[in-house]
Amino acid sequence: MKKLDLLVTGAGGQGIILASDIIGETAIAAGYDVKKTDTLGMAQRGGSVISNVRIARQVWSPLIKKGEVDILLALEKLEAARWAYYLRSGGIAIVNNQALPPLSVSLGNARYPSDEEIANILKKRTDRVFFIDGTRRARELGNIRTLNIFMLGCASLFTPFKVQAWKDSISQRLPASIRQINITAFDRGRKEMQGARL
Amino acid sequence: MGAYHAGVKVAAAYPGTPSTEILESIARFDDIHAEWSTNEKVAMEVALGAAYAGVRAMASMKQVGLNVASDPFMAASTTGINAGMVVVSADDPGAHSSQGEQDNRHYAKLAKVPMLEPSDSQEAYEFMAHAFDLSERFDTPVLVRTTTRIAHSKSVVKVSRSRSVPTSQPGFQHDATKYVMLPVHARLRHPLMEERLVKLSAYAETFPLNQILWGERHLGVMTSGVAYQYAREVFPKVSFLKLGMTYPLPQNLLRHFASQVERLIVIEELDPFLQENIQAMGIKVTGKEFIPRLGELNPDIVEETSRSAGLLAGSSPRQVETAAELPGRPPLLCPGCPHTGIFFVLSSIGQRAKLAKAKDKTPKESKLIITGDIGCYTLGAYPPLLAMDTCACMGASIGQALGMEKAGVSNKVVAVIGDSTFLHSGITGLVNAVYNQGQITIIILDNGTTAMTGHQEHPATGVSAQGKETKKVELEQLVQGIGVNDVKVVDAFALKALRTSVRSSLSNPELSVIIVRGACSVRVPKRGEPRAIDAERCNLCDACLLLGCSAIQRENEQIYIDTALCVGDACTVCQQLCPRQAIVPQSEIVSKEAK
Repeated sequence: MKKLDLLVTGAGGQGIILASDIIGETAIAAGYDVKKTDTLGMAQRGGSVISNVRIARQVWSPLIKKGEVDILLALEKLEAARWAYYLRSGGIAIVNNQALPPLSVSLGNARYPSDEEIANILKKRTDRVFFIDGTRRARELGNIRTLNIFMLGCASLFTPFKVQAWKDSISQRLPASIRQINITAFDRGRKEMQGARL
Repeated sequence: MGAYHAGVKVAAAYPGTPSTEILESIARFDDIHAEWSTNEKVAMEVALGAAYAGVRAMASMKQVGLNVASDPFMAASTTGINAGMVVVSADDPGAHSSQGEQDNRHYAKLAKVPMLEPSDSQEAYEFMAHAFDLSERFDTPVLVRTTTRIAHSKSVVKVSRSRSVPTSQPGFQHDATKYVMLPVHARLRHPLMEERLVKLSAYAETFPLNQILWGERHLGVMTSGVAYQYAREVFPKVSFLKLGMTYPLPQNLLRHFASQVERLIVIEELDPFLQENIQAMGIKVTGKEFIPRLGELNPDIVEETSRSAGLLAGSSPRQVETAAELPGRPPLLCPGCPHTGIFFVLSSIGQRAKLAKAKDKTPKESKLIITGDIGCYTLGAYPPLLAMDTCACMGASIGQALGMEKAGVSNKVVAVIGDSTFLHSGITGLVNAVYNQGQITIIILDNGTTAMTGHQEHPATGVSAQGKETKKVELEQLVQGIGVNDVKVVDAFALKALRTSVRSSLSNPELSVIIVRGACSVRVPKRGEPRAIDAERCNLCDACLLLGCSAIQRENEQIYIDTALCVGDACTVCQQLCPRQAIVPQSEIVSKEAK
């Protein structure tokens, strides 16, 4: 693999930074140079969050150029559309099929784009767009907070890293009490993606 | 880790994005003293005292923190140190989380101290050892300047050293001409500072962190910090002078580099700091003619502007769409935030927020003037709360409120300030307001933590930076001690009590303080039963939406509460607010449906 640039995005509180940390640590374990950087608002919750992860033999800038993202992993639909223009032509978009309407939408000052509009924005960049019911699956697993790791499982199919390497870095980052459920979430995510790719 | 391995013994800081993680990381080591100081000025003084006493010390802060700490910083430069002292300034180009974009490299020049700028995590680690060595070798504090993109990025670090701490006992060597800055002594120190700068310039010529990387000679790029990474990516083949020490500059090295390349440019973020200093040497160089001085750089900006300046051949190879027009997602107060209720009350006086379908009536009373401060609660300025009129810098709300009153405005003036911010620099403002017979109302939002930067402890939490129990500063006693007679403590989630207290304080001609107390919702371990909306009783009046709670959402002409977000019993502000009692515990709806 020459390089892999990932953009992980969603709303604050969804576990985006942890997910991108795990991607970075898995790539380091595989012997790559990695730089990652997060952009987040000033609050604890709710704002748009974006995390750049760059993996190559040698990485210079931690920020990815527009149109060069290989994998866009979005934990929320609107955020997927917002960052779609960073995708390289033919890149992969993995989108959690969940809408978290911003306050401006609830107050009636703005309109949340329809599923079709979101799909169209993404399809302008690539045909490889996968909508995944991540929130529903995480809820079925019994812990909605496993969404980020479930989505990582989906994305992992498009990376050259070994399943065990992913699981090692997940285990290293999570406390024992939630380790097993997240490993399960990761496996389910892989399975879900295998189904979606057919 | 860099500072720890460099043998730092005392580390002091006040939290501020993007500097906070430095102290949080170093506080994990038991064999150093790491503290959250009440503010950056105190942190600087603590580090200076420790350095005087012969141990290596560090003070870290965000860029505007150095404004607060600039007085002791200048003093540290004047007296010099004994053991190494390093000051880390984490700048925030792009103002991701700051009230401004100021470029703190100017402080190095102002204070006549050397400055290092790492360009990734590996360098951040390595530069700390150099910084401490420089500090001791030249008897000066050293400024290490990072930016958000260095501070909030992670890259692979090879840890090459281990911790070495001098075994000698700390001790203070009495020397009044060095440490007691009476004018007569200060005048003696100034020539030493100038001399130090000359020696530092000479040293910079061979300093290993200033490197020439020869490539093609048609273009030479001088750069530092994260801008180096962007420039390397955009210009993979040209020659670079990468400056690790950006003040003072190595004149001969710069001249040599300039003479070897056909065209010379500087790529730097924010102000033309390097460019102007290089131009002052009479070297012809461009940079800010095309590289923007506003905002954060990135590889796209460097590439596009360099292309427009004729430095890159051809047109852009990539056809890239621009961002789609989509509703923004600004940061919000969290569901269950203890600031929501009080802001709703303040907003309702003089009807700042109006429902879209409300009839246009003139409000019965005029708006308050609400001077604000720095914290999560600054988000109270956003719709729908709209409950903040000013926000300048840490602690400014109280002085501003007094100034408005003394200016003679007819509106009532209220200052809103968080607990940590009040301790940081609100206390002196309150002393001043009491002394000058102010009639303002000061609301201290006490959520028991420094929330915005990620829940750091502070003097009123009774827990130290290293997690140990300590003496707790009691806010009400402190305020009473200053001489405020009208001090109320109100539960942040009791809407009626909040309203009564605000009314009562506003009608009091004396200065009053209301401490609104309620734990930060992110820190509440037990959430309790979430609330839900009884659709039969709800008449879609939208009043609950005026709280701006992100758990309350509208979809397809129905308002509902996202039970995964609602903190439930701990808050219930929406339930208290709903005029039709349509908001109830979730179980009541479930049992009703079951029937």
